[in-house]
Amino acid sequence: MADTMQFDLVSPERSLASLQVNAVQIPGAEGDMTAMPMHAPTITTLRPGVLRVESSQGTSEFVVTGGFAEISAEALSVLAERAIPMDEMTRAHLDELIEEARTMYKTAQDDEQPHDIVEEAAKLLSDMEALGTHMSL
Amino acid sequence: MPNLKDLKNRIASVKSTRKITKAMQMVAAAKLRRAQEAAEDSRPYTKRFNAVMAGLAASVGGSDSAPKLLRGTGSDQVQLLVVMTSERGLCGGFNANISKLARQKAQELKAAGKTVKILTVGKKGRDALRRDFADDFIGHVDLSEVKRIGYANAQNIAKDILTRFDAGEFDVATLFFAEFVNVVTQVPTAQQIIPASYEGGAAEETSSAVYDYEPSEEAILADLLPRGVSTQIFSALLENGASEQGARMSAMDNATRNAGEMIDKLTIEFNRSRQAVITNELIEIISGAEAL
Repeated sequence: MADTMQFDLVSPERSLASLQVNAVQIPGAEGDMTAMPMHAPTITTLRPGVLRVESSQGTSEFVVTGGFAEISAEALSVLAERAIPMDEMTRAHLDELIEEARTMYKTAQDDEQPHDIVEEAAKLLSDMEALGTHMSL
Repeated sequence: MPNLKDLKNRIASVKSTRKITKAMQMVAAAKLRRAQEAAEDSRPYTKRFNAVMAGLAASVGGSDSAPKLLRGTGSDQVQLLVVMTSERGLCGGFNANISKLARQKAQELKAAGKTVKILTVGKKGRDALRRDFADDFIGHVDLSEVKRIGYANAQNIAKDILTRFDAGEFDVATLFFAEFVNVVTQVPTAQQIIPASYEGGAAEETSSAVYDYEPSEEAILADLLPRGVSTQIFSALLENGASEQGARMSAMDNATRNAGEMIDKLTIEFNRSRQAVITNELIEIISGAEAL
């Protein structure tokens, strides 16, 4: 059995990573999951969170906002709306993201959108804030 | 015969024009490389995205529960034309070609009794279409302040379009932009973005594996379709950016060459009249001497 798989992380603006990996932890919409080689083919949407990539060269981390991941037995592609390598991530970045989520929540509330949209925006906001705590920034 | 001083001035002015067009050509060449790189960087994302969407659309698309963005509103009465052009001119037929295609389409639709609405991105297209379709304009997106087109720009445009769609302002949206083939060829293209059509190419790739979907297929599709609109707009913006620079580069190359030819012609004329003047003077002197 192969113990590595091809991992691609792409955002619309550029391709961030393409390498052989042992395991990747994905912040899925319904909870974190770790994809390893020979995983059952799955497509999941992402929530904002940290993507942890374990390869033979060590572990690297990326902060991703929404998007989706396509997992198959020998490859994993993550298509993130925005992806930032962890070491380039700063408080300012995060603040920007939180601010964005907050305005979205606000407009959703003010526009009297259906309940679930407001709920979703609130969830996004709390996801963003949790992200900050998680990274201990 | 034009006098010598006029000719000299004209040569000088054409020379400085040539300098400008030459400089613009070089700037366009540098920008083209960057625009092409940006377009290439976005390609893997778009490709994978479309592959996944094609798979999803194929499995969910047929059912009645499919989201409106995929299925359409069931009517094609109100058509939105999103016309993407450049913010600046002097790029050959680039803007004219896109506007022409959009105009044709708009007239066709109107002849068929449809309602046409126009949203323009980029100043040049707005100027070109305003003359004929002033009443159909519903908006304009100004990107003249944007140095480097980012995904956020595309998202904003997409958001605007989607809000209008949700409000029932239109049934079908079509994107007009120039596809970049190479430096001399840019093909004006019309692409329907709402309802989305994902087909071909990806089918055989995805069909080999049956995917688990988390959350459900429908939820993922509902989440991804709006993103799909942004993605398509983004790649259209990038294609357009590359095309614009390509068109400008070849237009300026032609202009530079024409200016060179003109300088040669004017120089010959200048020399000819200079010689004529000298000959004249000589004749005057000689005939003056003979008369004595």
